[in-house]
Amino acid sequence: MAHDATSGSYLAIDDATVSYGGRPALDAVTMHVPHGAQVAIVGPNGAGKSTLFKALVGLLPLRGGRVLLHGRAPGSQADPIAYVPQREEIDWSFPVTVSDVVMMGRYGRLGWLRRPQAADREVVARCLGELGIAALAGRAIGELSGGQQQRVFLARALAQEPHVLLLDEPFTGVDVNAKEAILVLLARLRERRITILVSTHDMQTAADRFELVALLNGRLVAYGPPSEVFTAEHIGTAFGGQALFLDGMVVIDQCCPGHVGDGEEHRHSHEPHAGPR
Amino acid sequence: MIAWLTDPFTLEFMQRALAASLIVGVVCSVIGCFVVLRAMAFLGDALAHAILPGVAIAYLLGANLLVGALVAALVVAVGIGLFSRRGGVKEDTAIGILFAAALALGVVLISTVRSYATDLTHILFGNVLGVTAGDLWLTGLLGLAVLVTLLALFKEFQLASFDPVLAHMLGKRPELLRFAMLILLALTIVVSLQTVGVGLVAALLVTPAATAYLLTRRLPTMMAVSAAIGAVSSVAGLYVSYYLDVASGAAVVLIATAAFLGAFVAAPGRGVLARRAAARRAA
Repeated sequence: MAHDATSGSYLAIDDATVSYGGRPALDAVTMHVPHGAQVAIVGPNGAGKSTLFKALVGLLPLRGGRVLLHGRAPGSQADPIAYVPQREEIDWSFPVTVSDVVMMGRYGRLGWLRRPQAADREVVARCLGELGIAALAGRAIGELSGGQQQRVFLARALAQEPHVLLLDEPFTGVDVNAKEAILVLLARLRERRITILVSTHDMQTAADRFELVALLNGRLVAYGPPSEVFTAEHIGTAFGGQALFLDGMVVIDQCCPGHVGDGEEHRHSHEPHAGPR
Repeated sequence: MIAWLTDPFTLEFMQRALAASLIVGVVCSVIGCFVVLRAMAFLGDALAHAILPGVAIAYLLGANLLVGALVAALVVAVGIGLFSRRGGVKEDTAIGILFAAALALGVVLISTVRSYATDLTHILFGNVLGVTAGDLWLTGLLGLAVLVTLLALFKEFQLASFDPVLAHMLGKRPELLRFAMLILLALTIVVSLQTVGVGLVAALLVTPAATAYLLTRRLPTMMAVSAAIGAVSSVAGLYVSYYLDVASGAAVVLIATAAFLGAFVAAPGRGVLARRAAARRAA
């Protein structure tokens, strides 16, 4: 592999533009992520957070600009980008067990027609252990709680042995313990120099637990350390009328898709039921 | 009792009917798991009706009906695949239009023949007692080809059905796999033509797989249980047909439906009774 840990390899997004049916969802975004950095992507609903991720993994074509990983196009190399989608995008009624799902992370390294080998099963067992869900290995995914389901997909992403990890709203719909478990995992992955991008509505966590924050609203409003990004000016630009400035305090009316904002930034700890449809 | 069981199969055409029914029951039930999980039931039904013109043309030309059906099925599978990728109209609308038009075209073609009513009945509802040795060979080979492909590419089909996004990221070409699934589905429908006919094949694709879904929690077990339900229904259907003198394809479908209703009510975990009990415990 043409990459080693000391070369300062990184993810370079240059002038990336993506449009949905003629409407630009991502407008000339340029951001360079240092190797091993952890970046929180924040912004209002429809700011293009998920769009950015989908463009990075090649699900949406770029209308302009380019994305380079280690100086090359992401699709052209074995160095994988792992992507943990939002929970609503998964079919929880599909008959697969937790270990089946995690094993899918190995498929990229297995050729067509090849069956998983003992080495793959070891990786799966290690990733299950790392997320503390080894005991759930044989359970159907539909029977798990929201936090457990999130961890299954994190384990699958780790089984891909990725260089870049994209987490789309991992803190939405999980309880405080599950959220803390994810943050602890992120801290461990920092030591392994895995580059991580996390989209979130949770600005407090973004400010406290990430060294870099990207504030997005179609275009990149600000990118840098939290103290430089979370200024009244930037937040006003990104959130417009959703931001309310009260002496020294900013209140933002935002929430997750499908929910009604109640006038303050808040966390969601409910666990949507995900039984068979 | 033993005589009761063996009696029907002393006749050679009944032995062929049994073999054909078993092959069809198993192949339909196994591929049916993907049909159910990918919500392709409507597509399967449409595909079955859309091959009618091919059968009619083969009939008018005096060619082998299965070959005619095979050609038509492949043309339609490729057509639907291309159609739904272009967009324009929603997929179910496109399928609905194609399906009714093909059925009408098939009926028009067949109605040009004098013995139209009987022939149409055989094509729509199958004629398992008329299976020739040649038909049986073709059925067996195509059925085997479908099963071997499904098992060889199991890992890819499972991934593309469950998570097309990951399949795409890992270079597993989900659109190509979808296309391959359509072709396998077309082959399966052709194989089923003679035993259950185009009118009932959709039931055989969906019912055993849906029953197995209620009883299992992993795809490989679901496929095995579905195959067993399909095989048992097929054989039981033949007995019912022999002793009660009713159409065999319809008997097979009704028995599979009875199994589904049983599982729907009594399946552990996912059945109505188990859910009600779980709700009571939670309350």
